[in-house]
Amino acid sequence: MFRALADPTRRSIFEELTRQGEQTVHKLTRYAGISQPAVSRHLTVLKRARLVRHRREGRETHYRAQPDALTPMVDWLQHYGAFWRDRFDRLESLLQRMDG
Amino acid sequence: MSTSAEAPRTLVVERIFPHPPQKVWRALTEGPLLAQWMMKNDFEPVVGRKFRFEAEPAPNWSGVVDCTVLVVDPLKRLSYSWGVGGSESGLQWVVELTLTPAEAGTHLRMEQSGFAPGQKAAYQGAKYGWNKFFGNLDRVAGGVE
Repeated sequence: MFRALADPTRRSIFEELTRQGEQTVHKLTRYAGISQPAVSRHLTVLKRARLVRHRREGRETHYRAQPDALTPMVDWLQHYGAFWRDRFDRLESLLQRMDG
Repeated sequence: MSTSAEAPRTLVVERIFPHPPQKVWRALTEGPLLAQWMMKNDFEPVVGRKFRFEAEPAPNWSGVVDCTVLVVDPLKRLSYSWGVGGSESGLQWVVELTLTPAEAGTHLRMEQSGFAPGQKAAYQGAKYGWNKFFGNLDRVAGGVE
């Protein structure tokens, strides 16, 4: 997921989907200002990372952001939040044991 | 440029320790002391130095953190990269520890920001990208706290 969002264009397409809700590939192409095949390639990467999903309607493909897409990111914040608070507790008791 | 108000999705943990900055700095930069509160390590406070933290393996984690020292500003600031799972497929963070003298001792601020490997942006650029991204996270994921 981090890798899928490492590319600035891809991140901006994803952000646009979180801002605007569902969008067609046409609209996203206009927004991104790059070719439609390039946009489709980025969308495929986002889809594989389960950050977006799509549906077809007639000749148009619509994309939307997955509402729970960023749960792993929230997890890392919580995981490392607990980790650092625990380490700070240990640092505090070490400092008490140290001389001067 | 990245106060916690502007970038609430960058992880920040802060505490005031009732000890002088010199003592806190020693605990952050002397390997044997660092091992007592962080993890076993071969850290040395030299910019560019590659080192490892090693802990007991856990589910989904080998127990190894690969780091490179980025900033050593004695008694004030220490920063290192924090890589988990190898440089190619793994995840990469930057940890920045800032010390500020406080009336009661030392204010220690830990900021951890994340970005993916393979992104060639400089540290500041990557940080900016993620801060901007974290700022938008609310809409999708809801509050973290």
